[in-house]
Amino acid sequence: MGEINKHPEWDTAKGLREPIKTLEDKWKLVPSFLQIKGLVKQHIDSFNYFINVEIKKIVQANEKVFCDSDPLFYIKYLNAYVGTPDLEEGFNVTKPTTPHECRLRDMTYSAPITVDIEYIRGNQRVIKNKQLIGRMPLMLRSSNCVLTNKSDFELSQLNECPHDPGGYFIIRGQEKVILIQEQLSRNRMIVDEFKGAIQCQVTSSTHEKKTRTNVIVKNGKYVLRHNALSDDIPIAIAFKAMGICSDQEIMQLVGTDDAIVKKMAPCIMDCHNLKIFTQNQALSHIGSKLKVKRFQTPNAKFRTPVDEARDLLATTILAHVTVENYNFYVKAIYLAIMVKRVIEAENSKAAIDDPDYYGNKRLELAGSLLALMFEDLFKRFNWELKSIADKIIPKVKAAPFDVVKHMRPDLIANGLFTAISSGNWTIKRFKMERHGVTQVLSRLSYISALGMMTRVNSQFEKTRKVSGPRSLQPSQWGMLCPSDTPEGEACGLVKNLALMTHITTECSEEPISRLACNAGVEDVKLLGGEEINHPAVYMVFLNGNILGVTRQYKKLIKIFRMFRRRGLISAFVSIYPNHNQRTVYICSDGGRLCRPYIIVEKGYPLVQQSHINELNRGIRKFQDFLSDGLIEYLDVNEENDSHIATIEAEIDPYVTTHLEVEPFTILGVCAGLVPYPHHNQSPRNTYQCAMGKQAMGTIGYNQKNRIDTLMYNLVYPQCPMVKTRTIELTNFDKLPAGQNATVAVMSYSGYDIEDALILNRASIDRGYGRCLVYKSAKTIMKRYSNQTSDRILGPSRDANTGKVIKAHEVLDTDGIAAPGEMVENRQVLINKQMPPATLNPISQGQPQQIDYKDVPVTYKGPVESYIEKVMVSSNSEDAFLIKILLRQTRVPEIGDKFSSRHGQKGVTGLIVQQEDMPFNDRGICPDMIMNPHGFPSRMTVGKTIELLAGKAGLMEGKFHYGTAFGGSKVRDVCGELEKHGYNYHGKDIFYSGLTGEPLEAYIYSGPVYYQKLKHMVQDKMHARARGPRAVLTRQPTEGRSRDGGLRLGEMERDCLIGYGASMLLMERLMLASDAFSADICGACGRLASRAWCHACRSSAAVSAVEMPYACKLLFQELAAMNIVPKLTLKKYC
Amino acid sequence: MPKLEEKPKVLLEEFRVKNAPDDYGMADEKWSFKKFSKNFRIVIVRMDSSEMEFDLIGIQPAFSNAFRRLMLSEVPSMAIEKVMIKNNTSIIQDEVLAHRLGLIPLKADPRLFEYRPEDATEGTEFDTLEFSLKIKCTMNKSQPKDSFRTEDLYENHSVYSSAIKWQPIGNQASVHKEADIGPVHSDILISKMRPGHELDLHLVAVKGIGKDHAKFSPVATASYRLLPEITLTREVKGNEATLLQSCFSPGVIGLDTDGKAYVRNARYDSCSRNVYRYDAIKDAVILSRIRDHFIFNVESVGAMTPNIIFVEAVKILRDKCKSLLDELNSF
Repeated sequence: MGEINKHPEWDTAKGLREPIKTLEDKWKLVPSFLQIKGLVKQHIDSFNYFINVEIKKIVQANEKVFCDSDPLFYIKYLNAYVGTPDLEEGFNVTKPTTPHECRLRDMTYSAPITVDIEYIRGNQRVIKNKQLIGRMPLMLRSSNCVLTNKSDFELSQLNECPHDPGGYFIIRGQEKVILIQEQLSRNRMIVDEFKGAIQCQVTSSTHEKKTRTNVIVKNGKYVLRHNALSDDIPIAIAFKAMGICSDQEIMQLVGTDDAIVKKMAPCIMDCHNLKIFTQNQALSHIGSKLKVKRFQTPNAKFRTPVDEARDLLATTILAHVTVENYNFYVKAIYLAIMVKRVIEAENSKAAIDDPDYYGNKRLELAGSLLALMFEDLFKRFNWELKSIADKIIPKVKAAPFDVVKHMRPDLIANGLFTAISSGNWTIKRFKMERHGVTQVLSRLSYISALGMMTRVNSQFEKTRKVSGPRSLQPSQWGMLCPSDTPEGEACGLVKNLALMTHITTECSEEPISRLACNAGVEDVKLLGGEEINHPAVYMVFLNGNILGVTRQYKKLIKIFRMFRRRGLISAFVSIYPNHNQRTVYICSDGGRLCRPYIIVEKGYPLVQQSHINELNRGIRKFQDFLSDGLIEYLDVNEENDSHIATIEAEIDPYVTTHLEVEPFTILGVCAGLVPYPHHNQSPRNTYQCAMGKQAMGTIGYNQKNRIDTLMYNLVYPQCPMVKTRTIELTNFDKLPAGQNATVAVMSYSGYDIEDALILNRASIDRGYGRCLVYKSAKTIMKRYSNQTSDRILGPSRDANTGKVIKAHEVLDTDGIAAPGEMVENRQVLINKQMPPATLNPISQGQPQQIDYKDVPVTYKGPVESYIEKVMVSSNSEDAFLIKILLRQTRVPEIGDKFSSRHGQKGVTGLIVQQEDMPFNDRGICPDMIMNPHGFPSRMTVGKTIELLAGKAGLMEGKFHYGTAFGGSKVRDVCGELEKHGYNYHGKDIFYSGLTGEPLEAYIYSGPVYYQKLKHMVQDKMHARARGPRAVLTRQPTEGRSRDGGLRLGEMERDCLIGYGASMLLMERLMLASDAFSADICGACGRLASRAWCHACRSSAAVSAVEMPYACKLLFQELAAMNIVPKLTLKKYC
Repeated sequence: MPKLEEKPKVLLEEFRVKNAPDDYGMADEKWSFKKFSKNFRIVIVRMDSSEMEFDLIGIQPAFSNAFRRLMLSEVPSMAIEKVMIKNNTSIIQDEVLAHRLGLIPLKADPRLFEYRPEDATEGTEFDTLEFSLKIKCTMNKSQPKDSFRTEDLYENHSVYSSAIKWQPIGNQASVHKEADIGPVHSDILISKMRPGHELDLHLVAVKGIGKDHAKFSPVATASYRLLPEITLTREVKGNEATLLQSCFSPGVIGLDTDGKAYVRNARYDSCSRNVYRYDAIKDAVILSRIRDHFIFNVESVGAMTPNIIFVEAVKILRDKCKSLLDELNSF
């Protein structure tokens, strides 16, 4: 808990203070925030940091390449740049490109990586600028992307949607997102209980190394455990190896309390038992426990175990604590703190850290992941240059060795491209192997794409049955959406960012440590254990490293916060104390989650109504609030050290430090679509988060220019009648996915059980739920090494009639289907032919007859499609690329799935003529009838309020708001209804369309926003009588796509066995599947072939037996494994 | 209470619609033509070319509902059924364009046309109307400088229903007047275009019924409601009276000079039943509706006037009855 500021001037009782006025339109800070730190800003920021800063650091860290064969030779990288996106057109000619061109032409949206180098050619030192070393896939809307800082008009010229968030890559025409990866934070001590023993774990990570060091309790003694050591090292020996040789000094470092002394005594004893008193003795003890290295470099000089141990202690164990000149003092203090933590945790369980606490988590973004990958590839690139130099320099050559000629940009380019397109992040240096880091951007709807950009992936295994990491942690408040997580195995492991979350990028440590020193932090190197452990002294950590100690931690924190609010240090530096550990942590590392809060001082929020008015007038931006010190970012750790009021009325002048900007921002993008989510049962909001991603609608203003493999669009999408602030902030109202349907909540016909919906035929006729389904077909005209290539032929004609054959009817004269044509099942879209694979190179001069093989691209599907457009282009290999976009217009039919925004999905059960639908006094027929049984168990009160607010909105001619924790009040909404002559409760008199008499019940009716989901019967319907069979087993194939059979599975089989329907079983399992008449030799019982038993050399006893082909196959396979199955034949009747 | 004078009622209770306790339902009544013709009345309350309000009094709901249903789904009208697309370079998809065109109401008297036979491939002048829609969007050459308004920049950037031109076939030009054929409204937006976009369509309209597709329905809506009736059971005065007044549609409850509430005209009450929200006056009213007094509201789409639509519906019912009788008699 933070500092409680007592203000003596307030003598009056708390209740007597005048109430703080609520700030009007405070929510307008949110759009202002999103303008500068948009929803995908974290991705873009992180990528920008990588291509502008980090890449230079990486190149600088690996700046020199030497070779073994020539001591004079070197390459030195002076600088590195990432250029602007372009395409290579061969012969070093490049052409600037746009993301949309890359999408259409299956290219990679990438920019060249160039370096300035200095190297030795012959005997000369040469400087070459702008040398290409690879290509970097560019994130859309990053600093080097063509889309940044473009107006909407310019974006439309580039065929790009202005609402597209960017933040993804285009690799070989595919849009790929690098998901945000959640990790335990590095370089931090984590005390946890592992198999009953308490341990303190530190995962150190530097540019070179990534190691894990543990201090654990073993038989009541503390030991140091590390991967590089074959055995645990008693802690006292470790201290001695670090040069803390006297037992007193060790004890002073760890602490001289009686409790600690008692616990440490056995450890100190250990040393004496092992007769280790000096640093050298300790080092040689550790040296004897080293793991034997398998690969010894031959020219590395032999080193003693003591040297090795010393090196190991300096560089590998607790690698992030730097050791200069083998002065281990700081590292010893660090180790002592680890021991202390373990001892504290032993004494009280409260000192054990919660591994699920979000302050201990860091989020890894595209930039840092790419940086890892790039560094690995760059090292490999340099290693390759070195080995080439090693090989070539000794050879005497006419021209001097020019290393530039051996720089292949493909290595880095392809390495990055394949990593992003496959999602496999393999970095040998860190023994890192991760899969599924990237995903294809889902373009089902705008929200699904946006939702994907805010997704956070966890490293935990999905199959493990753990509840800890899956459950909602209180520290995730405001940072991660509490609703948006998938159901099932990834539940709670895949999370989504909340609306106002920002992920920090790294900022430089140096000014911070300087400021800390000026603020009174003393260097620990100059202090002894007794001073460090003094109860009044707080230790200061900067990013997990010991910075020093201070006696005035309050002052330190105050100074830091003041500097941050003044903008003198980065806004994302956080500082917070831990009173139990008597430490102050300062963080400036990347990957921390943070969000803005209004600062409250002396009981009043610093943001005044005048500021908001300025914001409304557009003369104040979010950045101004930050630089004026009215708002600041708090990360998870600092948030937990603050007292935050949700609304103005909750401000307590004695404790409150901050005020929430807007409560609805604790939800994410997907959950933000739900109106009145605070009235719903929480899982319903979670269901809607999953379903909103399947809703059809609009995917972007450029949707008509895209050629996606699958795209669903609504013909007449509508903005919801009941909006939320989030809907406006995410532009969902401009790219909607659903329609407002007038819903009557009543029972009708019995075709509405189990959430089924009844639709009005006339509504469908007038365009409700109509959708467009686009699919694309694609082919590449390959060129082969033997000078042949694929070709396309015009339509074939029937020899007799001279008419174009049915299969080629839609083809144009160029052999590609013509736009506007209707294609039916099995018709040819592209009449492509391929030369035979094995063909000798055609000798020049004499044309050779080549037997081309037909490989047409055909249309498959039970329902015909129309050709929307055809694109002929070339891909990156300069081969022809033909893409055909096919279109279907679909009208809702029975079985199509719809859902409201409250996790209430249902399929169409019946489509009813308009005259059969009930109607009310005003002649309104509902578009949809929903069964009231959907409400009691689901408790989706939000939906009933949405209906009311929607109905009132229709009458008033305005949109109502259903924003979370706010929105239009039911009382007001009902008042509006009453004003317009409607029933206060929203229930109207309806007449039966069938009998014409009034219905006995009043019907709750009004508009509800309904989404059409992508699951449609047309894509699922499947039946077969006869059809294809698998080659090996001769059983029917599986799956709809292969026109497969419908399986009579084990459970169904059990039912039939139980019922005793043996003949039906026989028919289903054998006759209708893979019946086979096998010849069996009655004499030997083995399979005979063609009525002749090879073993018996006779056909006398051979008889035909009906059996499943799979059975015969099994016998043969067993025989192949030296097992002879034999059948005994008997006369059956 | 003498039962004969009493009109059949349904009571609008707070939570349900309930038949009057002494009402046995009209279905049980023995139907006599004499009685029916004595009681039955039609009162036309309001009528213009597109909308009509009239009362059917003294009729069974089955009949009035049948008329409503017939007007919605079986009275024929003309609508565009086929669209031959010669050229469509606009961004709107062929199917969507055809669907939009189909929904445009046409002013052509369907009584003058026949249904197209199911097996017919070509339309005749008696069953088909043909239209053409040919329009091209171009840059406006005489555009004012510095203008960015689409109206100034382009010509024909919005295609309205007025662009649909009738193409008489056979003798049609002499039979029908030019003004009688074509879209009812000239300002229905069909598509938006930009230079280079072009539409060249041939539209074929036929006669059809609403059961087949909503576009053939001659009415925007045809529905009825029962005549509301409000009875005050006790004297309501003062504040309560004004409260009572506010619970009903304007003009329903009047206040006399003493501030006493009386029912002025219950006909236009929206039956919102908001009185039941106030315990003080809840008991002062009985809300009910007359079960055999139907207030019809017919909104024509434009091809026929609503009174004709109703008469057509009656004719269809008559024909249906006739054919049923014929079937029965020939049995």
